[in-house]
Amino acid sequence: MASAKPAATAHRSDSGVMERRAERERTRRNWLLSAPALALLVIGASGPLIIVLVYSFMTPGDFSGVEWTPTFDAWVQIFFTRDIFDDTLGLADAHLSIFWRSVRLSLLTTAITIVFGLPTAWFIATRPGRARTFWLFLITIPFWTNLLVRTFAILEMIRNEGLLNTWLIKLGVIASPLQIMYTDTAVLIGMAYVYLPLMVLPLYAAIERFDFRLVEAGYDLYANRLQVLRRVILPIVKPGIVAGSILVFVPSLGAYVTPRVLGGGKNMMIGNFIELQFGQGRNWPLGASLSIFLLLIVMVALLYYVRASTRGSSHD
Amino acid sequence: MTHETAIAIRGVSKIFGPVETGLKALDNVSVDIRRNEFFTLLGPSGCGKTTLLRMIAGFETPTNGAIELDGTDITAEPPFRRPVNTVFQSYALFPHLTVAQNIAFGLEMLGRGKDEIKATTAEMLALVRMEAMAARLPAQLSGGQQQRVALARALAPRPSVLLLDEPLSALDLKLRKQMQIELKRMQQDTGITFVFVTHDQEEALTMSDRIAVMDAGHILQIGSPRDIYERPANRFVAGFIGESNFLDGTVLAAGPPARIALGGGQELSIDTADSPAAGQPVTLAVRPEYVLLGAFDAPGSLSGRITNLIYFGTDMHCHLTLDSGEELVARIPSGLSGKEGLETGAIAGVSFAPGALRIVGA
Repeated sequence: MASAKPAATAHRSDSGVMERRAERERTRRNWLLSAPALALLVIGASGPLIIVLVYSFMTPGDFSGVEWTPTFDAWVQIFFTRDIFDDTLGLADAHLSIFWRSVRLSLLTTAITIVFGLPTAWFIATRPGRARTFWLFLITIPFWTNLLVRTFAILEMIRNEGLLNTWLIKLGVIASPLQIMYTDTAVLIGMAYVYLPLMVLPLYAAIERFDFRLVEAGYDLYANRLQVLRRVILPIVKPGIVAGSILVFVPSLGAYVTPRVLGGGKNMMIGNFIELQFGQGRNWPLGASLSIFLLLIVMVALLYYVRASTRGSSHD
Repeated sequence: MTHETAIAIRGVSKIFGPVETGLKALDNVSVDIRRNEFFTLLGPSGCGKTTLLRMIAGFETPTNGAIELDGTDITAEPPFRRPVNTVFQSYALFPHLTVAQNIAFGLEMLGRGKDEIKATTAEMLALVRMEAMAARLPAQLSGGQQQRVALARALAPRPSVLLLDEPLSALDLKLRKQMQIELKRMQQDTGITFVFVTHDQEEALTMSDRIAVMDAGHILQIGSPRDIYERPANRFVAGFIGESNFLDGTVLAAGPPARIALGGGQELSIDTADSPAAGQPVTLAVRPEYVLLGAFDAPGSLSGRITNLIYFGTDMHCHLTLDSGEELVARIPSGLSGKEGLETGAIAGVSFAPGALRIVGA
């Protein structure tokens, strides 16, 4: 009888140890199972980003690459240029105009894709089932073709001897060809064309869920067409508009191929400017700091998106 | 007492699809809906009642005919220019607006002043007892609460006519009964003309001042609940409103009183002046509660065999097969159960309460 009690206690503490061991075992297994994903995240996402970040604080090498002398020069160079004679800092007008062009063209691209995307998405979402699939399929077809090829197709349309100018001259609308190529307009047309599907798809998803009986309720409560659009439809499909805007704005901002092909050398956007630093510019640190700078702009846009979407869902 | 007409439907037809081959949802319908009345459009699904309601709201345009509101033709007016509001079957509350904002929507669109909007919204919230929920979103409300908000939203602009499209169909039975009484109270309090669409005959009987029974794009009968229940114009109305027994026979003499021969040599006499001529086939209707059972050899009664007795709480349904072969249901108080002769297989005498038998067509 006397020995029974300690035995029971031992058994109890034993089970505690076992439990702790099982817990440790579980933790280890969880780490092991998530290791591939973690490795991919570290190598694929964080690693390159860290390299870029480190490079942005180094001195440019003579021919390319970096010398391992830490400096903030690359970050200063984003906004300022050092006068070659008296070494004073002045605003880098050329850089600022590139940033401004990038943001302006990206915002305009977003606006244009909303204006064209909303009716398109509305049209598709209001078709009967089978037709809807067909139209959605058409929207996704451009994704099958290389971006460069599509951009050259646009070039073929808008160049001086291209389809558009030829037809306009034949119809007698204009006497001499419109110079569209190598202007901001050309870049805008190209980007709006390339990114339109990215606007249409989230808009379609939002409109497809829209309860069209609400339109009748709006009419019934004395709202005319415009008021129904403004007060009922737009607020409800707003998450789709915001999502589409992010999907269009972010890649527009970093666009490289389209401004390169349609804008020529002069109408650079950030993407081309960064490429320049890693190529002819031979200023890898500046290229790196510009990349991080671009990333920050995108993050601001995403923060806006998160705020806009959470505000929408918790109205009270 | 004369009645002012709120809505006049003048020979309205609606054909969906091509005029020749399309679906005829309404066929030359005319009806006057009086001011301040609770008017119900009753009928089975597909009878055209909702189409008629949507036409008054302005969501459908008639193929033929005209609709007048307070004496002016509104057939061509868009919904947002008609002083008519709708409580939708799905409620159709704006999901991005709070309860208070939903209720204020119509007033804002009418360009009312801020103070008036605020006051009316508060008044409507009180009317439907939703003050505590003013800041909620529709998704945070129960079905019954959403229903009340939909009602408040439609009443807020004080429309000439309020249209209700089966607004209670999504509620459970207890809540539905409660809302029926509340709806009737609100109609009386506000003095607004209500046009109510339902397929539920009990709902229609409980709430309406007048009912229009519809089937296949036609209005079959318009009258008070009592008229329609006790004096159904035809076999469809008699069968759709409440329960009815139908007996087929042939007119022996047009009368009055008319004498009708049923099968099996049985005969009935009815005190009516509008019987078809002798020799014509005829259908008689009688409510189960007006079928009286007695001894099988009682004078002047038909006889039938009891085939089934079903207990329903306060009363019982007694199924009989008459000697003529016709089936008949009698509703009798449960207190009579166990009475001698009232058992399955027994022969009972069947007679009818005075005035209960009606000729409802051939």
